[in-house]
Amino acid sequence: MPQLEIQLIAVVAAVACALPGAFLVLRRVSMLSDAISHSILPGIVLAFFITEDLNSPLLILGAAATGVVTAGVIETLSRTGRVREDAAIGLVFPILFSIGVILIARYAGGVHLDVDAVLLGELAFAPFNRLEFGGMDAGPKALWVMGAILLANLAFIAIFFKELKLSTFDPALAAALGFSPTLLHYLLMGSVSLTAVGAFDAVGSVLVVALIVGPPATAYLLTDKLSTLLALSAGIGATAAISGYWAAHLADASIAGSIATAVGLLFFAAFLLAPEQGVVAGIKRHRSHRRRFAQQMLLVHLLHHEGTEEAALECHPDHLQQHLRWKEDIASIAIKSALQDRLVEHDDGILRLTRQGRALARETMLA
Amino acid sequence: MNLSFPIELDFTLRTVALGAAILGIVSGTLGTYAVLRGHSLLGDAISHAALPGIAIAFLLTGIRSPFVLVLGASVAGWVGALLVLAVTKRTRVPYDASLGLVLSVFFGFGMVLLTFIQRMPSGNQAGLNNFLFGQAAALLPRDVIVMSALGVLALITTLVLWKELKLLAFDREFGSAIGLPMRAIDVVLTTLLVVAIVIGLQTVGVILMSAILIAPAAAARQWSDRLGTIVVLAALFGATAGVTGALISAATPLLPTGPTIVLCAGAIMLISLFFAPQRGLVAQGVKNRRNRKNLRELGVLEDLYTLARQHKNPLHPHQAVVLRTMTSGPESVAPGLVGLEKRGWVRSAGRDSWALTPEGYVAADLEFAKWNMDPAAGAER
Repeated sequence: MPQLEIQLIAVVAAVACALPGAFLVLRRVSMLSDAISHSILPGIVLAFFITEDLNSPLLILGAAATGVVTAGVIETLSRTGRVREDAAIGLVFPILFSIGVILIARYAGGVHLDVDAVLLGELAFAPFNRLEFGGMDAGPKALWVMGAILLANLAFIAIFFKELKLSTFDPALAAALGFSPTLLHYLLMGSVSLTAVGAFDAVGSVLVVALIVGPPATAYLLTDKLSTLLALSAGIGATAAISGYWAAHLADASIAGSIATAVGLLFFAAFLLAPEQGVVAGIKRHRSHRRRFAQQMLLVHLLHHEGTEEAALECHPDHLQQHLRWKEDIASIAIKSALQDRLVEHDDGILRLTRQGRALARETMLA
Repeated sequence: MNLSFPIELDFTLRTVALGAAILGIVSGTLGTYAVLRGHSLLGDAISHAALPGIAIAFLLTGIRSPFVLVLGASVAGWVGALLVLAVTKRTRVPYDASLGLVLSVFFGFGMVLLTFIQRMPSGNQAGLNNFLFGQAAALLPRDVIVMSALGVLALITTLVLWKELKLLAFDREFGSAIGLPMRAIDVVLTTLLVVAIVIGLQTVGVILMSAILIAPAAAARQWSDRLGTIVVLAALFGATAGVTGALISAATPLLPTGPTIVLCAGAIMLISLFFAPQRGLVAQGVKNRRNRKNLRELGVLEDLYTLARQHKNPLHPHQAVVLRTMTSGPESVAPGLVGLEKRGWVRSAGRDSWALTPEGYVAADLEFAKWNMDPAAGAER
């Protein structure tokens, strides 16, 4: 039973993170998730001193507010023009995080709130903290919290889908049409903060970054359509959550760390094998371009010298290297592929265009 | 406190201070390039990526020697940085997303490895846990020796390649055009950044290391526009933050080192942001106010001058009401007149009417005569 609950929590957290994450990746503000997931720490600590309950809604909202404030401070700092935005991110969150760590070290030594837990989370313990409803066991608290946040994120994206889409892909047009990109930006930051706060207890702040950035970045390699990207991100996040859980279970290792590793492996697989964006596809495309270009060059060369006196010399396979200044491998690729496609044929030691070959050569010349 | 053993205390503190100073100098220097090139967050990715390297080095060798761990951290940090570059170059995934991805995935993988180490019989993880938040008090002389050797190497390389690195930071294309191997220089700089980071890992920890790269450099940038000055200042700020933070943390119980150093660096950054002489926000605010005041007074002076030129006696007083109707900002007339009176350029002639003084007329003539010429004369210019 706890096994199933852990997986369920992990999947819900992964999907909840992936949805706003898709927009962060597309808007090129992914590192704000790193900043927010760290800087909510002082918010969590202060709110914890007041509520003394890590799952209290008040704590979650209070800490999420810290995240939005962080985004605001970063923007204010980079607006002064004294610090670039990336430097502003890199300055603000370590400072806030440091304040949080020091607060914990000095004042929260005895309570259930230590830095390792915040950073790494402990998914294995999540099922032990249960929500009771009138004496009845209603399941793990973390599941309820993450479920509610997932619903909130879903609602946010469903309601503002059009606006988010427009302001992501064409912020200038969005502003001209009267949508406020700033307002949407901060709503999105609110959603990220809420998700990060809800997820930190279960999965830790670093895994939050992996789940926010990783699945959408992977999906971005696989599709060009926003709605598909969102669905794929959620699916990839869930896959990483479950496979990461089982890997951790088998190896008896940190669940959060292992889910992050699974996110990385999925991305790497897409990086290599994605049908259009992948590295392998890129190499294949490059090869076929090279082959086609070499073939066309050969055909045009043959056409040029066809029926002239120097044809015997110019159209001889060994002379191509000299006359076109080709390296040996390209010459042989060109001849081989042209022979294969029946565009040229051997005739008495020289290469001769076939009818299709001649047609293609003329077409190439015209194009 | 070890007050009864002042010599021992002195020795530990000296080790700590020395280590923190080296860390601050090296990361201040190399952080400058990262910040100037807009690669501030690369340091964050590298430092997180170093964690699995540390763990693997420990798993392979079973010893906690600073040299082995630093080597592992460097290799992993380097691989992380190269992966970021590869993903950005080969796919359409944006730079910041590849940073976030590498950072979190490597760190997560490092956590998995740390759980293995925790379970090893020999694996008292205490030593490795320091790499999360840093532990200045745990610095040993042998650590400091490794740190200073690497640091000196990095600083010498920076000095030797000074011109090349400067080109890389400010005009990479020009560097390529004059035939310098800019890509190789970029790799060298990334390697130096990795070195700067692994030097600091044990003192500051992987989470906060990037701040020690950014804060001193961003602070130094406020004080100067010259690369040399910025680098020297950043090294100085880095060393100050490092030593202050490490000493405070070593002397206070329950005060982790990394966060304390970060707060010191943050304080230096904030002070610079506000109080640097030219770029500082305070200086800029004062300057803006002065400019606005000057502009306001010149506006009033111009209107008064226009009136004066249409009068037989240029020093004849005019009503402030008239001046107010001449401008789009009537509320600026009264303070403008007061300012001009202080300069001695106008004088009050009673009943809210004002006249140019001879000095004011000369000043206005110098300032506006060229604009007030008739169109024909204007066309000639």
